[in-house]
Amino acid sequence: MVDTRTQEFLEYVQSDGQVETGDWMPDEYRARLIKFIEMHGNSELMGVLPERDWILRAPTLQRKLALTAKIQDEVGHAQLIYRVVEDLGKPRSACLDDLVSGKSKFHNVFHYPTKTWGDVGVIAWLVDAAAIVSQKALLKCSYAPYARIMKKICWEESFHILHGRDVILTLVTGTEEQFALVQEALDRWWAPLMQFHGNQIPAEEDPMFVWRIKSQANEEARQQFLDGYVPQIRELGLSIPDPALRKDEETGTWLYTEPDWDDLRSVVTGHGPASAERLAFRRLSREDVAWVERVVLAEAA
Amino acid sequence: MVFEVFRQERKGQPFQHAGSVTAPDGTFAEIYAREQYARRQESVALWLVPRDAVSEIDEFPDEFEMKYRRVDGYSIKARLHEARERAGTLDMAPGAANE
Repeated sequence: MVDTRTQEFLEYVQSDGQVETGDWMPDEYRARLIKFIEMHGNSELMGVLPERDWILRAPTLQRKLALTAKIQDEVGHAQLIYRVVEDLGKPRSACLDDLVSGKSKFHNVFHYPTKTWGDVGVIAWLVDAAAIVSQKALLKCSYAPYARIMKKICWEESFHILHGRDVILTLVTGTEEQFALVQEALDRWWAPLMQFHGNQIPAEEDPMFVWRIKSQANEEARQQFLDGYVPQIRELGLSIPDPALRKDEETGTWLYTEPDWDDLRSVVTGHGPASAERLAFRRLSREDVAWVERVVLAEAA
Repeated sequence: MVFEVFRQERKGQPFQHAGSVTAPDGTFAEIYAREQYARRQESVALWLVPRDAVSEIDEFPDEFEMKYRRVDGYSIKARLHEARERAGTLDMAPGAANE
């Protein structure tokens, strides 16, 4: 049973109304915001680990610098996002505790290893492209402080896609081995990419849409991603490892092999191929730098 | 402490609210704000304001209906039509009565 005030709030956000930090909001809305935004922050922070592995192995000095800058951007996004969560009532330290203890989640694509430099290119190009589809839709989020920082985040993400595309173009115009690196990486990443936007729950049944935290259905996001990137992948002579993938010209929608949703669930709950290792690393670095926080706070007090 | 960050994109433009940083003091706030809001040269200047120093006013009651202070307090269109009708200038393009 929804009370009148909550009902009014729902109608407000459903007619594009936006909410500020100090405004009254239903408990469920606040809880969902925290959970969703926190997971986004976690993903930015965990998302740098697969790329971090490649800073020392990047092929040229220019690539090392660009990769380092991208990593700094992503950590910066985590800082901005955790700040929004803090204003909603959950301190950053609690977010980090819940992350390293496995209580909260992060995006599926960051639970996989990066085997070659080809993976780094595919991540920067296609994983960031999939992410930007979701993040652009968040520019219209009913919670205004989150929508506002998303502007800066989207701007930097488009920059990362450029960097990723440049890495990919260099590889596909190189030797046959280099081309093969990209194809193999694409083969590894296609399934996680197709799972990325979540199951096909209709917008009206998705609480995240009902509260207008998200402004579009999961499937809409996936279709946008496919529309934008399948042609770009194919024009490079790469093949997408899904024989069922094709655009239905009549309906204008992409058809594809049903992603393995059980696999997605298992991966995001910490059972992915690199989940344990990544969390262990994050735990270790949190312990490693704890003294800095203590010193800084003591100094400032 | 929470510091609100305002950034100016180009000289002469207004400072706009960009977000906030948490920092133990002003010096750290400055370092964090530089890193988070200007490292790609996207800002030419930043303002840092302790959140406590911001006072917000968000209610503007208009008990006396001071419509004469607002654009919607004037209904020019209907009355102009009436005036032009009276002057017999309705067929002319507006502002064309020069002779």
